[in-house]
Amino acid sequence: MSAQLTGFAYLASSVLFIMALKGLSSPETARQGNRYGIIGMVIAIGTTLADPSVVSFELIIAGLVIGGAAGTIIAKKIEMTALPQLVAAFHSLVGLAAVFVGIGAFYNPEAYGIGTFGAINTGSIIELSLGVAIGAITFSGSIIAFAKLQGLMSGNPITFKFQHMLNAIIAACIVMLVITLVGGQTEGVFWSLAILSFAIGFLIIVPIGGADMPVVVSMLNSYSGWAAAGIGFTLSNPALIITGALVGSSGAILSYIMCKGMNRSIVNVLLGGFGGDTAAAGGASADTGDKNAKAGAAADAAFLMQNASKVIIVPGYGMAVAQAQHALREMCDILKAEGVEVAYAIHPVAGRMPGHMNVLLAEANVPYDEVFELEEINHEFATADVAYVIGANDTTNPVAKTDPSSPIAGMPILDVEKAGTVLFVKRSLSPGYAGVDNPLFYSDNTLMLYGDAKKMTEEIVQALG
Amino acid sequence: MNSAAIQEQSATLATNAAKLAEELEKLAQGASQLIDVQTAAATMDFLSLFTIFVLACFVGFYVVWSVTPALHSPLMAVTNAISSVIIVGGLLAAGPADMDFSKVMGFCAVTLASVNIFGGFIVTQRMLGMFKKKK
Repeated sequence: MSAQLTGFAYLASSVLFIMALKGLSSPETARQGNRYGIIGMVIAIGTTLADPSVVSFELIIAGLVIGGAAGTIIAKKIEMTALPQLVAAFHSLVGLAAVFVGIGAFYNPEAYGIGTFGAINTGSIIELSLGVAIGAITFSGSIIAFAKLQGLMSGNPITFKFQHMLNAIIAACIVMLVITLVGGQTEGVFWSLAILSFAIGFLIIVPIGGADMPVVVSMLNSYSGWAAAGIGFTLSNPALIITGALVGSSGAILSYIMCKGMNRSIVNVLLGGFGGDTAAAGGASADTGDKNAKAGAAADAAFLMQNASKVIIVPGYGMAVAQAQHALREMCDILKAEGVEVAYAIHPVAGRMPGHMNVLLAEANVPYDEVFELEEINHEFATADVAYVIGANDTTNPVAKTDPSSPIAGMPILDVEKAGTVLFVKRSLSPGYAGVDNPLFYSDNTLMLYGDAKKMTEEIVQALG
Repeated sequence: MNSAAIQEQSATLATNAAKLAEELEKLAQGASQLIDVQTAAATMDFLSLFTIFVLACFVGFYVVWSVTPALHSPLMAVTNAISSVIIVGGLLAAGPADMDFSKVMGFCAVTLASVNIFGGFIVTQRMLGMFKKKK
């Protein structure tokens, strides 16, 4: 294959990747977009295999078969509730692959045409070391995010003294090592760089709490893109650079949207320590004693919703944990059959990854045109008779609007309090992740439905039927 | 004009012509080198690559903002799959005939990236298959 043809092929796959992302602008075009992505990937791999320097195929085929089989089985078997940890695990693989490519290039630069061992071109060694460093951070950071999401380690932030100073020192060392590597390309320096990068990946994610994982997962998504771009510079491969840039900016935008959904800066999220035990103890203990929350039964909820003309459902992470989405859809089907207007309201940070709730509802066969984003539906709570809040808390807390000193001050919230009646499905009155008591629990138009989200919804379905 | 002067002039002319020929040769060499550079994509200079990178960031910015928030999870899964185009690097490391450490690293990279490529695209397709309109 001539060099020119190779260039065109890589260009074609880059364009197909852009079209894959563009397809996601609406659910109708998304599936076609995904096919474009697959074609783009096939072209990129085929083009590389046709490269004259690729002459031995045994290991390549073995890798493709083993990896492909593993990936296929995992993707077919995974539960949609476990999606966030799956994505985190996948990010870690991209990071580790970037590290392996970097190591391969360091020991055999001839294969990439970037010099000889120990004498790699200055530009290439910088790009290479950046690719390895970012890849290593993506790997270890994603492993921690995976462990927290999977429940293998506590979601509580892990903080210790001088944590940020330690991170700063390691970061400075990494920069120093990159500079040293330009001066003399010794193996020791190269491996130290990789190991320190792995270490800082762990250290920057451990202080971040479980419910901030949507930001972390998005951020690591971004990193995996930058790592790919770094390696792309090393290989002088425009397809890799373009794809890396696309993925990098995609992750960055998602992180930004998530942070905005919580009215927190990315720095605030990254410094960590937010949420968990200490915050809960501080916020919750206050004046709850003299307030009374009204408790209701499934029959009350069924009666209220049956006689409503409009019901808005507000799902949160609790719905995902309880796997209540199917029962919820069943409940809404009955209500719709009785002529009640039903809509779903999704907060940007509901769930453990961006768009998680939408996927879970889609899985339960909820039509996507009944599901609305915060800004689309927020004004409709005033005209709704019932707001059914299932597994959400902080995202409905009016304190965000009234108390500027609250940890969630300024966070955009769903105005459920404007609805005629608010039904809260919750196990107890305990505060949510931010550790802030929710005054809505004690409001006159609120009815608390204590219990497991799935069981309670099933009981309502029975009461309706 | 005497014959000596004519001789001198013709001598200088001849040397000038020789110099011109030499320069022409150099130019031709340069031109052929340039063509070599252009055909071999591997020697693309940093500035061109960086230009591509910056422009791609802008393309990414606008394309991703046009993605509907309802599809942010599939967006993540599919970006994950396409960032595994890093497999290209793994293939080049695993490709040479001689077995060495670098080849093993290439094999590992190809395997990991394959998990992602297959897993990422399939899980995206599964998610997108669930999004249905009201009947």
